[in-house]
Order: sequence, then structure tokens, then C-alpha cells
Amino acid sequence: MVAAAGAGLLVGPADIDVWSVLLAIGDALPFIEIDHGLTEVEHTVLFEIRFPRVVLGGLVGAILAVAGAAYQGVFRNSLADPYLLGVAAGAGLGATLAFARSGDSGFIAPLAFAGGLVAVAVTYGLGRSVGGRTTTSLILAGVAVAAFATAIQTYLLQRNVETLREVYSWILGRLVTVGWGEVMTLLPYAVVASAVLLGTRRLLDVLGIGDEEASALGLNVSRVRWIVVIAATLATAAAVSVSGLIGFVGIIVPHTVRIFFGWSYRVIVPLSLLFGAAFLMFADVAARTIVSPAELPIGVVTAFFGAPFFVLVLRTMRGPG
Amino acid sequence: MIVWESVEVTYGSTRVLGPVSLEVQSGEWLGLIGPNGSGKSTMLKAALGLVEHGGRVSLGNGDRRPGLDIAWMPQRPRMPEEMGMDDYVMLGRTPHIGYLSSEGKHDHDTVQLALKKLNLEELANRPLGTLSGGESQRAVLARALAQEAHILLLDEPTASLDVGHAIDVLEVVDELRKLEGLTVVTAVHDLTLAGRFADRLVLLADGLIQADGPPHSVLTEENLTSHYGSGIRVVHDEDGPNVIPTRRSND
Repeated sequence: MVAAAGAGLLVGPADIDVWSVLLAIGDALPFIEIDHGLTEVEHTVLFEIRFPRVVLGGLVGAILAVAGAAYQGVFRNSLADPYLLGVAAGAGLGATLAFARSGDSGFIAPLAFAGGLVAVAVTYGLGRSVGGRTTTSLILAGVAVAAFATAIQTYLLQRNVETLREVYSWILGRLVTVGWGEVMTLLPYAVVASAVLLGTRRLLDVLGIGDEEASALGLNVSRVRWIVVIAATLATAAAVSVSGLIGFVGIIVPHTVRIFFGWSYRVIVPLSLLFGAAFLMFADVAARTIVSPAELPIGVVTAFFGAPFFVLVLRTMRGPG
Repeated sequence: MIVWESVEVTYGSTRVLGPVSLEVQSGEWLGLIGPNGSGKSTMLKAALGLVEHGGRVSLGNGDRRPGLDIAWMPQRPRMPEEMGMDDYVMLGRTPHIGYLSSEGKHDHDTVQLALKKLNLEELANRPLGTLSGGESQRAVLARALAQEAHILLLDEPTASLDVGHAIDVLEVVDELRKLEGLTVVTAVHDLTLAGRFADRLVLLADGLIQADGPPHSVLTEENLTSHYGSGIRVVHDEDGPNVIPTRRSND
């Protein structure tokens, strides 16, 4: 994660060397004054552009990864992820609605949250009514919900051509920021959701033995499920509303952690936070460098790595759950 | 003690249980017997509040608290393959651990004790997926014991055990019952084994109690043939009734 953050700070169109960055960071700490030798412009680039962008990438990555881990635990489904469950598409629809109906960015997060929550509820309900709680029916329901939400979103875009460009760049996922505004918007959601998900991670292991047995152990299964889903959805929606649709983080990261560190959500949840942050910071570096000085949308980068990985997970999965 | 008062369970328009009323005293071992689909598992699940039911289940001194008062060993437990045995048994401590806290020393000690009682100490770190049928079944029982509940509901606790291990496991349960005054209700298919361990048998068929009493009065050829079909002989010896299957064509 440190390496990823370092790379994020150092790479960019403006050429700033390692030593100066370190000195400048030292200088920024309270009570320390160091001559970092950066020009005014370089200093601004570092602290007002690169730094917030790296932090934002880390936050979004951490949120998406931990939300993925939480959905996988709570639905006992290794393919659950904010995107496959339709949460992101629902949140995207909500956010598009906010873009289209009013220019006010204050509506984006709440509408995205509402959209995400409705989407996950519909997906879960559909998945259960169609075929019990099998892996396939849940994911297929998620695909249907996502397609439906996307269809409405496209319709809205057609009707509101003036916002098309803005929404389109946002759909592809972006970490472009101006100063610390987005970071500050996202931070409270990230902190609250992470705290809830870290607090309930032991209960995700209890859910692993099934609803019936978990209830027999005195667990209020539906309450736990709703708390976790709401926290994960709130965080996802917040992430989607600032960074757009960045796919596959929620599935790649928890699975990699699971492969290396075992089955328990007590381990998977905290490590997904860390590795999710690192993964997205690296992905952002890749997005910025591959076609430098232009930028790839970061969603394109994560999908490029994520889609093959997803296939791998499908192949190695041993039965449902 | 545990009391079922006019408990009935219906799925849609089909009544699968009851109404049944039954009182099991503290320290008593009650064996539930009956053919497949007679409502044994449903009766246990109703006691835990896992199925919607009419009537009332109480513990004599107040309402049930699933998990704390009642430990349940399901017939077909869901056992995540990669989970370690000790972590699995630790799940039995769930009712004692707050939602947001984690387990303490007493919880670890209780788990170790449960593993020891069932001779599972050496398998403590094994993933559940690598256990034999008998080992898995003992792991589930260990999890139930780790709950430290005073009522044990065991649904087919010996289904995948050979006769030697079946006796071992039931002896462990009996020892705990005598030592700690546990109330034990088991649903068992092996009628002879049920009669050996239970103080009292209840024969369920079609969701209703057909016979209730000490093993020798319930395990009669008349009772068994009328609910299980023909071809069952009962031979009494000094240990009690022995239920012997015979060929129906010999009737």
C-alpha cells in the first residue's frame, strides 16, 4: 500500500523527483520546516492534485473491496460484488437522476444510496424467489437488475443530452479531482461503513453455517444481514457518486486475500480494506501512465485485469457458496 | 425442563406437526422415534423457533432463549469446508459473545473442553472438509456442547456413526446429562439404541404422539408394526427391548 501510494505521488506529467517529494511531505508535517526545493507550481501539483487523488483512490478501493467482502459473506456467495449484485448500477442510476434533474451535486450521494439499496433488495428478493439461495440465481438476478437500471439510465441520458458528456466520463470511472473536496465527501461514509463492517466481521463467519443454524445460535440473522447490506451499500453508493463505476475491485481483492490468508472474514474484511486501497492506487498509476500524457478511465484498467480474474474464480469455484 | 404446549406446524395447507403437548423434565432423556416424515425434526425446530408454529414452547421458568438455553445438533449441518474444527466449535460460543466483541479465555477453555470430551483434540486444526462422516458428526456435537446450554436437542446424533462410535457419543451425552443435569431430547432412527439410552420414548407418526412412556412400553411389536409396517420383531432381554428387522415376505 505504501509502495502504491508512493508511485501515485511520483508519477505524473509534471516531473517531480523522489527526494523533493519526501522533503515536501516532511515540511507539511506540523512544526517541521524543511527546504524542499519545489517550485510553487510543483508544490501545488503535489498537494492539491496528486495527494488528494492518491488518497481518493485508496478510499474508493478500500470501500469497494470491503463492500465486496461483506456482500460475499452476507449472501454466502463468492461471486457477490457491488457490481454483480446490481448495487453499482442502481447507484449509478440514482446519481444520473441527480445529474439530469438538478445540477446540485448534493443530491448525488443520497440518490445513489437509494438506488443502490433498492437494487440490492430487488436482486436478493428476485434471487430467492427464482431459485432458493443458489449462486447462479442471485447473480443472474443481479445481472437483470443491473441491465434494467442501465436501460433507464441510458434513457435518461438520451433525454438529457447536455449532461451526456459529464455522465459518460463518470460512468467509466474516474479519479480526477480538484483539491480535497471529493475526499472529504467520501471520508465520513468510508469511516462509518468500515467501522460497521469491521465490527460485524465475526458474525459473517457465523452466517457461514447457514441462516437456520445461525439463528439457533441466537443470532438475529435478518438484522445482521440488513446492517451489513446497508453499510456496504452506503459505502458503495458514496464511492460510486464520487468516482463513477469502477468494477471488479470488490471481487478481485477479497478473493486474492482469501487465497492467501484463508476463509475467515475476520481476516478477509480488514485485509480487503488495505489491499483494496493499494490495488486501486496501483490501477490509477497504470491508468495515468499507459497512454501518458492522456489518461485511461480507471474503470477500464480494473475491468482489464478483473474480467480474466473473474473467469478464473468461476473456474476454481467448488460448488455453490 | 422444556414444554411443548399444543404446538402445531403447517406448511401451506398441510399440517406436518401436531397439535402436540409434551413435557420433558430437567435431567430427563427423551427419545423421539417415528418413521421418516413423522415430524421429529420439525418438533425440535419448533422448540428453537426456527419454524413458525402455533401453541407455545417454554422452559418452565420462562421463555426460551435459543442458543443460550437450548443447543441444537441439526440433522444435516452446513459445514464450510475450509473452516477449521476449532473455529467451528467456537461458533457454539456465539450466544455468549456480544455482537461487537470477540471471544475471551473462558470461551477458548470451553471449546478445548468440548473437543476433549469428544476425543477431537488432535483434529482441532483440521479443515472441516477433510473430516470423515463420524468426525464431522462429533464436531457438530462438540459445537452444541460448547454452547453450555442446559437443554440439548439432538437430531439424529448417530446417523453416520458405526455402532461403536454411536455408543461412545451417546455415552458422552449421558455422562454430561448426569453430571450437569442436562435435559436431552434426541430424534433417533435406531430404535434399540434409542431404548438403551432414553428414559422415555415418544412415538410420533403423522405429526401426532402415538405412544409415550418407558422404552419397554413403547417399543412393542403392536406399536411398531402399526406405524412402521410389518416385519418388525421385538425381543426382550435383561438390557431391555431389542428391535429386530425381519423380511416382510416371511409374514
